[in-house]
Amino acid sequence: MFDLDRWNEIWHALAKNKVRSLLTAFGVFWGIFMLIVMAGASNGLKNGIVEGVAKFATNSCFMWSQQTGEPYKGFKRGRQWNMDSDDLTYVLNNVPEVEYISPKNFGSRMNGGPNTIYGLKTGSYNVKGDYPEYIKIDPYTIVQGRWINDMDIRDKRKVCVIGEKVFEQMFEGNKNPLGEYLKISGVYYQVIGIVRPETRININGRAEESIFLPFTTMQQTYNMGNMVHFLAVTAKKGVPVSVVEEKVKNIIKLRHSIAPTDVQALNSVNIEKEFQQMNGLFIGIGILTWIVGIGTLMAGVIGVSNIMLVIVKERTKEIGVQRALGASPRTIITQIMLESVALTTVAGYTGLSLGVALLELVNQVIERQPKTGNEVFFQHPEVSISVAVTALMVLILAGLFAGSIPAKRALQIKPIEALREE
Amino acid sequence: MISIQDLHKSYVTGTNSLHVLKGLNLEIEEGEFVSIMGSSGSGKSTLLNILGVLDDYDKGNYYLSGKRIWGLNETQAAITRNAMIGFIFQSFNLISFKNAMENVALPLYYQKVSRKKRNVIAMEYLDRLGLKDWAHHLPSELSGGQKQRVAIARALISNPKIILADEPTGALDSQTSLEVMDILKEVNDQGITVIIVTHEHDIAALTRKIIRLKDGVIGEVITNGELQMYRDRVKQE
Repeated sequence: MFDLDRWNEIWHALAKNKVRSLLTAFGVFWGIFMLIVMAGASNGLKNGIVEGVAKFATNSCFMWSQQTGEPYKGFKRGRQWNMDSDDLTYVLNNVPEVEYISPKNFGSRMNGGPNTIYGLKTGSYNVKGDYPEYIKIDPYTIVQGRWINDMDIRDKRKVCVIGEKVFEQMFEGNKNPLGEYLKISGVYYQVIGIVRPETRININGRAEESIFLPFTTMQQTYNMGNMVHFLAVTAKKGVPVSVVEEKVKNIIKLRHSIAPTDVQALNSVNIEKEFQQMNGLFIGIGILTWIVGIGTLMAGVIGVSNIMLVIVKERTKEIGVQRALGASPRTIITQIMLESVALTTVAGYTGLSLGVALLELVNQVIERQPKTGNEVFFQHPEVSISVAVTALMVLILAGLFAGSIPAKRALQIKPIEALREE
Repeated sequence: MISIQDLHKSYVTGTNSLHVLKGLNLEIEEGEFVSIMGSSGSGKSTLLNILGVLDDYDKGNYYLSGKRIWGLNETQAAITRNAMIGFIFQSFNLISFKNAMENVALPLYYQKVSRKKRNVIAMEYLDRLGLKDWAHHLPSELSGGQKQRVAIARALISNPKIILADEPTGALDSQTSLEVMDILKEVNDQGITVIIVTHEHDIAALTRKIIRLKDGVIGEVITNGELQMYRDRVKQE
């Protein structure tokens, strides 16, 4: 393999017509370059999205009430209804597969004008009523203080947890807000904590710009009775979310005299299913990447094979002489194969290196961007070492493949024919 | 050394069959210096190819130093060529990107002799042929006579039993041709059988035996006294 004469011969065969060799090599180079850049880009897209949602509980589903879609038990179609607090205990008692249940109510909205007052400052934020369990589904980092607890719920305490933006804007970011009172929609609440969201999934507005009240407090203070706007449910380990989703929905429908066949009255989102679809999408992008990449690579490899055929043809006489001097068929085959593999591997690895370099450059540029917390759905475009190793294997195989037909042709050269004077 | 009995060879192209060698018989002893002559189409190239184990034959026997050459695969044929036969061609057929020394060393490369060792041996042979100073020159930097001497050194390096030369002087002027023939004669003096295919009478006259091919069989063999007469005749021409 590391035979000087052999590499000398390879070099001369390829260097004899430099432009031709370079153009041929470019085909393979481009194939691998495209493959790497596309694989990296699809990884970047995947990382960007997955990093944004990774910590969200995938075993969860959410449901909310809408107008009924079917007449049932004497009620007409289009009836307005609401879930209520009793549904919570009923579901917990009757659906053993449920891990957590967390209701959520929505108070005044950010875009409804200023609703929050502290001293001389006013601001407008989304006000939400939540259960302690909620941060197990949509995790928040507690920056200061604490999250809502069971006693807050039981005693309907007038306390609130504020998003990081709320803290920065209302307290100008330098005052300890814990223990201070915020007037929210006309009622005073004591601040007990500051939170920062860990995912980029937003339910009714961004968490940084939200104020969280204990769920029961909100129901009482804003005259919501025992109404529940929104319900988050997680499934126990090993139970498909769709099973839990179906059971919970059936029970709630039953309790509210809604037709079991009514698909409109209780709407829901199954996060597990959404994630699976997303994964499916990424797998699809991955497959597409490889199909296009391998296709481009194949075009390059066929180019190499073609040029190798031409080289063999040009060197007919030389090969004939070598055989007359006692070169075995094996020597000739190895020579042609090595030429082909050398050409594809060198070209391919150049493409691989430049592709990786480009991805790294893009990565650096993205990393340099100030983190605004805004939607950067493109993170760490990179290819794993396994992709690089696979690419190397593919290259060597491709080289062997490209060399096989020319090598066969070289073997068919009879020394006598090669040496016959034209 | 070479013993051929009733040798037949046809070339088939499509539906046409060309019967080239038609029952040829030939004996060449070890150490002979033979030329094969014949008009074009007489089968001399075909015979040379069969002698050189570059081609197979259809019928008959070919014994090379006591061993029948028959049904060899390409690898066995390559080994036989490498060990037994040294080739010299009209157009030299040196490898263009290898220098003189590397060209000479090529047969040893196929015997897997180490680079260092084969280059030392190649230098010895170049020295014998007076080309030591040209060892590191590429073929394109050598004259025709020098190229052919390099080719002769290449043919000799594997210690062959036979040298097969196909029109070795065909591309050389008459002065250089005589020099090359002198070298071949020296080679023959060392006991190596030399067989030359040529159509030049004066070149053939320098060998010790002339075999004339005619229509695929031996037409005439000229030796000894007859050869002297032949030489005189050639001189007169």
